[in-house]
Amino acid sequence: MNTPLQDSRQWPLYEVFVRARGGLDHKHVGSLHAADARMAIDHARDLYTRRQEGVSIWVVPSKDITASDPAESESLFEPARDKIYRHPTFYEIPDEVKTL
Amino acid sequence: MYTQALDMQSADAAPLDEAALEQRFLSRVDAEEKIEPKDWMPARYRNTLIRQISQHAHSEIVGMLPEGNWITRAPTLQRKAILIAKVQDEGGHGAYLYSAAETLGVSREQLIEQLLSGKAKYSSIFNYPTPTWADVGAIGWLVDGAAIMNQIPLCRCSYGPYARAMVRVCREESFHQRQGYDLMMHLAQGTPEQKRMAQEALNRWWWPALMMFGPSDANSTHSGESQRWKIKRFSNDELRQKFVDFTVPQAKFLGLAIPDPLLHWDEAKQQHEFGPIDWTEFDQVLKGNGPCNAERLAARRSAHAAGAWVRDAASAYAEKQRRRSAALAA
Repeated sequence: MNTPLQDSRQWPLYEVFVRARGGLDHKHVGSLHAADARMAIDHARDLYTRRQEGVSIWVVPSKDITASDPAESESLFEPARDKIYRHPTFYEIPDEVKTL
Repeated sequence: MYTQALDMQSADAAPLDEAALEQRFLSRVDAEEKIEPKDWMPARYRNTLIRQISQHAHSEIVGMLPEGNWITRAPTLQRKAILIAKVQDEGGHGAYLYSAAETLGVSREQLIEQLLSGKAKYSSIFNYPTPTWADVGAIGWLVDGAAIMNQIPLCRCSYGPYARAMVRVCREESFHQRQGYDLMMHLAQGTPEQKRMAQEALNRWWWPALMMFGPSDANSTHSGESQRWKIKRFSNDELRQKFVDFTVPQAKFLGLAIPDPLLHWDEAKQQHEFGPIDWTEFDQVLKGNGPCNAERLAARRSAHAAGAWVRDAASAYAEKQRRRSAALAA
């Protein structure tokens, strides 16, 4: 691809995810602008892990994230609302039955 | 922080009228729900937040200058390392806040342009000079102390991205205040000359620090709606009072005198009463006539211009990498 040199003032936005410790999920911590993904990792190190906040970083171009629409959240999540039998607390088990 | 670059899905599928939307918005705010970037919000709420968050971001960026000025002259290697870390934090705070502002539909480019052109406002406090090393201590203790007082309630602000940025900022700001007080403590317990230096810095920064809370409630134009929207939780005067009540005993411990002959403890009100603030000075500094307004902007502009080749080089390098991997894939 022969795209013209991009203006540094329009560097794309990346969303940053940090794993705080081994064994934990990566968690969204914020966003930043960078020329490319490699630079986004370097900047994320300086911006979000100055005090040992992480052991691993993911960066994702913001434009590649597809989000659910808040205006439709009701219909999107409604189907789960009346299915309380999916929770263990729905079932009453007599006290004398142990370890269940 | 989500951003305006996110893939926006079909909005307004079933348009509700403006009044109904605003009603729903207000009841969400009342219920202490957070408003997120893609949620409907009144235009005035959006504009108020853009103004406040961008001014806040600019303040962090300009705030690097008065202290950055002392990095090469810090008295010990440790003090120098601490100061570099603090100034780096301020830059980081600016970056978190610019990102939060961008979620409201304004671009980074516009924000930087507004700062460099002199159109944007930033906290008046950074237009005061730092003539001695003690000023670095006074800034940490008083200026960052006042900032914390303002910022802690913002962690609960109704706008999600701003609130989350402030949580991060406040966590780091505590280090700023404590290193400043520690510096003042060393000077106050040092030689008579050092103690005098600390006292003079306190004299310089006390009143500007009180002005950081903004105009008194009677003259504050933006307060009413901001409180209704839970952007602002306490009034300017409430926060200023709290700051005075917290800081007076800290000064006493240092053996330094607050430069206000009218300052005294009011037993009935259970608070410190203090003398009148010179709002003419505040207005002058805000209008651009403070001791360092021109110098600060000139420093920002020259840093931006001097860094242009670095940004261009990074762009060129990223472009080269892209072409190479495209050629490999072909």
